[in-house]
Amino acid sequence: MPPSRYRENEESKAVWVYLEQEEGTLENVSLEVLSKGRELADVMKWKLVGLLPGSGVHALAKEAITRGADEIWVMDHPLLTTFTIEGHGAVVYDAVMLGKPSIFLLGATHNGRDLAGRLAVRFRTGLNADCTNLHMDEKDALLVSEVSGFGGGVVAMIEMQNHRPQMATVRPGVFALSEPDSARRGKVIDVPVNLKPEQIKTRILERVRSGVVDLTRVPVLVVGGRGVNGDFETLKKLAEILGGDVGATRPPVDAGFIERERQIGQTGVVSSPKMALCCGLSGAFHLLVGIDKADVVVSINSDPEAPIFEFSDYYIVGDVSQYLPVLIQTLESQQEISHA
Amino acid sequence: MPEFHMVVCVKVVPRSDEIRVDRETRLLDRRHARLELNPPDMSALEMALNTRDRYGGKLDILSMGPLSFEPLLRVGLAMGCDHIVLLSDRAFGGADTLATTYTLAKGIEKMGGADLIFCGEESADGATGQVPAGLAEWLNVSQLTLLTELSLDLDKQTATGRRSLKGGYEILETPLPCVVSVKNASQEPRFINFSRKAWAYETERVTVWNAVDLNADPESIGLTGSPTTVSELARVPVRERKRIKLEGEAMAKAEQLAVIIRDSL
Ligand SMILES: Cc1cc2nc3c(=O)[nH]c(=O)nc-3n(C[C@H](O)[C@H](O)[C@H](O)COP(=O)(O)OP(=O)(O)OC[C@H]3O[C@@H](n4cnc5c(N)ncnc54)[C@H](O)[C@@H]3O)c2cc1C
Repeated sequence: MPPSRYRENEESKAVWVYLEQEEGTLENVSLEVLSKGRELADVMKWKLVGLLPGSGVHALAKEAITRGADEIWVMDHPLLTTFTIEGHGAVVYDAVMLGKPSIFLLGATHNGRDLAGRLAVRFRTGLNADCTNLHMDEKDALLVSEVSGFGGGVVAMIEMQNHRPQMATVRPGVFALSEPDSARRGKVIDVPVNLKPEQIKTRILERVRSGVVDLTRVPVLVVGGRGVNGDFETLKKLAEILGGDVGATRPPVDAGFIERERQIGQTGVVSSPKMALCCGLSGAFHLLVGIDKADVVVSINSDPEAPIFEFSDYYIVGDVSQYLPVLIQTLESQQEISHA
Repeated sequence: MPEFHMVVCVKVVPRSDEIRVDRETRLLDRRHARLELNPPDMSALEMALNTRDRYGGKLDILSMGPLSFEPLLRVGLAMGCDHIVLLSDRAFGGADTLATTYTLAKGIEKMGGADLIFCGEESADGATGQVPAGLAEWLNVSQLTLLTELSLDLDKQTATGRRSLKGGYEILETPLPCVVSVKNASQEPRFINFSRKAWAYETERVTVWNAVDLNADPESIGLTGSPTTVSELARVPVRERKRIKLEGEAMAKAEQLAVIIRDSL
């Protein structure tokens, strides 16, 4: 197999994390990955470094240090104000080739995936996407990436012997955020940026962001599957009463009944609600990954043999189109009583 | 000027609703699942056909996999594509993203290059979503990912697309050639064209290339060309749940559930 861009034995013993920011705010998933990166680095007694490209982003370096980074490499340049694959790709590539870390982790956001897919090829290295966990093989000093999807409750442990950096992406919500430690000290290193305007081939003509859906931290998650037959209005109503929000399995997302941002599971959101209410979904392992962190799981399914029941604290065998209106009514009347 | 050339990359996958989990081994059992075109690729196919209808040019299908994929790929011909290229060789098997994107890039190179390459957002069976960006890197062209809309300016040789963002979108313009990934379920795929159907299943507009045809580096393809290895499969502990079934009349069950919900919050 052709070698990667690092020369033999050139890697430095360090864990690097790409820190993505948007208009002066670090993405939560970057901090989650940083928190996990701290654990990995501690096991090996390695350094944890955050890579921070952007414009006017110095203030964010301190925040990243409180979450466990030993060093933040800041690449500050007006051409890095908004993400472009050419701009961010070039500076991140150069920085990694300068520092040659053994491990390079990214949050699996839209931009993170674009960057990871492109850079893995540029480094001629492997990439594990959407890992459900990461740990170190201490003996061989290798990253072990867990990827699900090989079966029910079976994960594959994936390693890479000879190619560097060892790259992995992780979806939002998979790792817990560490508590910030404001006393933590770290080094902020300014990396010179050599970007020319003509390198940025992609022009951003318009950018609209509003109402970002974040299902990783909602108190109540109402998840609809194929069995709700596209009726997400009823689910929304229920979620509203409970102060929660709505998610979905993959089939209704694929069918266009609900936005992709709301897909729960291995290739969607991993949520940690107090309660997950599963409506008309079978309980495939790809989905279970997304609700496993819920304190309580409740489900309604018309099939008495539905696998989801095994993974529920409470369940009802029945038709969602029959039970949900009754449930909503009951909750509403309770509300009226408590308000009276 | 040579004809504007577009390629749409399509994968054939086992139908997800027919994949079973083996009760003993808990591994996925794909043996009894029928094959289908990867559902996210249907949006890519539709956007590609739509683009060809608007701007003209030639639109080819590119796929990698066993010869048994061929009949399914012909659906794309019936929908309006011009030609199928299937990259098929035992040596391509077991490829991770690095080897897959390398092989697809060699295929496009052998086709004489392309001005515009469409991919689905991800594959239903692998779901890494890392192929479009990797392919763009091998080809050294620009990329527009997660698009819901696309337009071209053939005089300026640019592509303009609407890329979905978390809670919004951006409109991006980039020079051709370009790799585009199309947002899953963003396009309504057209029905197959019945006047083309008979033709599509008989035409010889199907080219199969193996590793030698591609002049591919044997060290860079398939399992050999894949730096990542599965070291072991392990059971993941899922959280133990109480598994309490609510009984009684519908109304009674709903009331029990309402109480449980209130108590849990
Ligand atoms: C690589 C890969 C990644 C994937 N990632 C994800 C992911 O992130 N998230 C995800 O969700 N899936 C994912 N999937 C798909 C996953 O394997 C399942 O196919 C999917 O979760 C099934 O969704 P479902 O439970 O809604 O549908 P089904 O499995 O079809 O189940 C529908 C259920 O609804 C019940 N039902 C039907 N009608 C009613 C009714 N009226 N009242 C009550 N119950 C009813 C049925 O009994 C059935 O149990 C992935 C698959 C692959 C291969």
